[in-house]
Amino acid sequence: MLTRRSMLLASAAAATLPAGLPVRSASAQTPPNVLVFAKQIDDIISLDPQEAFEYTASEIAGNVYQKLVTTPNANPSQIEGELAEKWEVSDDNKTFTFTLKDGPKFASGKPVTAEDVAFSLTRAVVMNKPPAFIINQFGFTRDNAADRIRATGPKTVVLTTAEPTSPSFLLYCLSAAVGSVVEKATVMSHAQKDDKGGDDWGNAWLKQNSAGSGSYAVRQWKASESVVLEANPHSNVAPKIRRIIMRHMADPSAQLLGLQKGDVDIARNLVADQIKQVENDPKFSVQSSRKASLMYLSLNQKNQYLSKPEVRQAIKLALDYEGIQKNIVPTTYAVHQAFLPAGLPGAVTEQPFKRNIEEAKALLARAGLADGFEVSFDYASAAPQSDIAQAIQANLAAIGIRLSMLPGEMRAVITKTRARTHDIAMVRWGSDYFDPHSNAEAFSINTDNSENARNRTLAWRASWDIPELSARAVAALKETDSEKRTQMYEDLQKEHQKVSPFVILLQEIEVAVSRAGVKGFDMGPMNDRHSYTNITKA
Amino acid sequence: MSDSTTSPADQPPGGQPAGGRRRPSAFRLRFQAVSATLASIPITLFGLVLVTFFIGRVVPIDPVLAIVGDRAPQDVVERTRLELGLDQPLYVQFWRYLEHIVSGDLGRSVMTSNPVTQDIARFFPATFELATVAMIIAVVIGVPLGVLAATKQGKWVDQAVRLFCLAGHSLPVFVLGLVSLLLFYARLGWAPGPGRQSIFYEGMVDERTGILTLDAALAGDWGAFQDALAHLAQPAAVLAMFSLAYIARMTRAFMLGELRSEYVTTARAKGLSRRRIIWGHAFRNTAVPLVTVLAMSYAGLLEGAVLTETIFSWPGLGQYLTVSLLNADMNAVLGATLVVGLIYVVLNLLSDLLYRLLDPRVK
Repeated sequence: MLTRRSMLLASAAAATLPAGLPVRSASAQTPPNVLVFAKQIDDIISLDPQEAFEYTASEIAGNVYQKLVTTPNANPSQIEGELAEKWEVSDDNKTFTFTLKDGPKFASGKPVTAEDVAFSLTRAVVMNKPPAFIINQFGFTRDNAADRIRATGPKTVVLTTAEPTSPSFLLYCLSAAVGSVVEKATVMSHAQKDDKGGDDWGNAWLKQNSAGSGSYAVRQWKASESVVLEANPHSNVAPKIRRIIMRHMADPSAQLLGLQKGDVDIARNLVADQIKQVENDPKFSVQSSRKASLMYLSLNQKNQYLSKPEVRQAIKLALDYEGIQKNIVPTTYAVHQAFLPAGLPGAVTEQPFKRNIEEAKALLARAGLADGFEVSFDYASAAPQSDIAQAIQANLAAIGIRLSMLPGEMRAVITKTRARTHDIAMVRWGSDYFDPHSNAEAFSINTDNSENARNRTLAWRASWDIPELSARAVAALKETDSEKRTQMYEDLQKEHQKVSPFVILLQEIEVAVSRAGVKGFDMGPMNDRHSYTNITKA
Repeated sequence: MSDSTTSPADQPPGGQPAGGRRRPSAFRLRFQAVSATLASIPITLFGLVLVTFFIGRVVPIDPVLAIVGDRAPQDVVERTRLELGLDQPLYVQFWRYLEHIVSGDLGRSVMTSNPVTQDIARFFPATFELATVAMIIAVVIGVPLGVLAATKQGKWVDQAVRLFCLAGHSLPVFVLGLVSLLLFYARLGWAPGPGRQSIFYEGMVDERTGILTLDAALAGDWGAFQDALAHLAQPAAVLAMFSLAYIARMTRAFMLGELRSEYVTTARAKGLSRRRIIWGHAFRNTAVPLVTVLAMSYAGLLEGAVLTETIFSWPGLGQYLTVSLLNADMNAVLGATLVVGLIYVVLNLLSDLLYRLLDPRVK
């Protein structure tokens, strides 16, 4: 007989099923020798350092591999040897000779040799994957790599650049993740035929595995699920924690919950509200680091109004930078107004622009546009861009510029700026590598403003024709005196602020929240500078 | 169609067959019905591919941008555009894509750089595991609840079930998921947190089927099995809520219709037990419409529940599809959509076949 009681009992039993199961992890802390990151890791496409260009993969490369040189996070503009003991530059600034340290060893236990270094750099050049241009810009090609990247002794590597090169430029570029040194023997033993029948240089294998001399080695990567790193027992920079587990948690609230429960040691993608929530809690510590990533407005010079110099400056003066930062992105962005992000060598951190409606209106009047005008405004519809966009709309309305709002998917906005069909667009730009030239090229070189230009920089995307400024940016690039070079970039940024069609608004801040006992996570200005080596757990 | 071999539906019922031919045998009729259903599959899938393909092409995102990224030099951009055949007219591109699909090649995902088939093979088991358990929960609770509500129509039990179903159906799953996490994981500590397994078991069980509970059981690792099951319980229960509410409501409605029928009155007059009447007569007759409801609910769950998967860090098809969409990864989107479409078609077909088994009249 079907009774009410049996029915209710069955339902109740089923409903308590999840609760009745034995749960081991629920109240447990993470094991002492294991560090757990909660992070959005679905950006990883490949873990091959000569291929990966995404945030998470670069960060992993930085902990799994070593480069010839690197920059310490305490003083990011200083270059120091990581695998290299010392280096010499020829008088013509074309030949660079590196001598390797004794001590660095791959996870296999073999020492790092000059052969491995030459192989790795050649590998970047020949495979020609997305980050290869960082190395290729010194004139290396598939055909000349064998001559220009050579191991001349067991500890000596010689690089020959096509043109006289500023040493700091070359060294900064070699410090990028693409300059990571992989173990030749291991990688080549896994080489296969690629799609087109050629040698894949071990790419298919290295996508999921590692052969490095850094503190850790990749044990396992499951896309959109987890990455597990294990300490490299032979490393000369031995880590304190044996195992790192990076778990993909897409939802920031889930990351926070995991942190509060002790299932997570460091949460990496908390949003402003959640950071505020834990900021003053002694159970957690919040650390942040300026990222080399800018949010800016691109004013298309094809637009009849925006092409007037007075209008460009008026817009820069109409915005309430501080208000936007404080009210919308208090912990995750800082006000920044120059094209080099703070933390990069040569960055200008002064903020010449403050909201000044009178002056902005006067500038508009001088341009003959006292009554204002209307233009379209493209921006990513996600937070926080959508809120920032509304603040900008209100700010510009105060001086008579009416924005017709066009929120869209981020890539749709980028597609539009690449086609130069926007009026004003709000976009983000992250530096490709740790040298001022990365951003200087993007923001201030455009020598061919035609529709079929080869080099479509951000300046080209804004249709900003600047033969003279481009020449100055190239001159700065070629300057071999490091101090003079830095000075040239500072001057370039100040000039840029006066004339450019770029309204640089904010610089991104990366925030990591750890449980109180977790210390030593060293964050740098680029993702490949985040180091796990000194992390400890109490 | 004025062909002489018209389908049975075109013929007047019981009338003289056209052209003086003999009436088709029952076997032939059934064969024709089944083959018509089977023939509709490729047409349905073709339509799906057509629509998805063209939507993908009118999206204002440059597919080349998704592949080579924002930083690639112009010659790479142009070379890629040529390689993808994007310079060709749309119908040529579509034809090429069809050719590839027919040969089992869904292309490569931009996001993961793996063949899409391989990606789907990796993400689908997680969704399958979650959806199946959710479905079991929904059926085991939902159907009896619906029957109970119908037999106690208007009583307090009925009202309680109604309230429960209303809540289940109208509470957004992200609210339900987060509240449940907050309660069972954070406050009470009864359930483990997001993810498919605890870090203790990370990488401990060999992947064979991709269905973690099954893999652990196959490996005989009962600790890992319990752990996987515990991680599965909460997201599955949350996901089940919505379907459960729907299934219970539909069951109640079907049952009410049956209980009002004359044959139930007859059965009651004959003195059959209440249990026989409800389960043996009325419920059996609701089975046919109920099968459709269940099949469609299951298909809905199998296409991946984006929000549930996001909240519970469950790497399933829903997450894959959403991230692909946001990255304009059209091969992945088309591939995953096709798989979802296939699931619907297959489940539809299965429920069609089940009708024939359950209902003696459908012959």
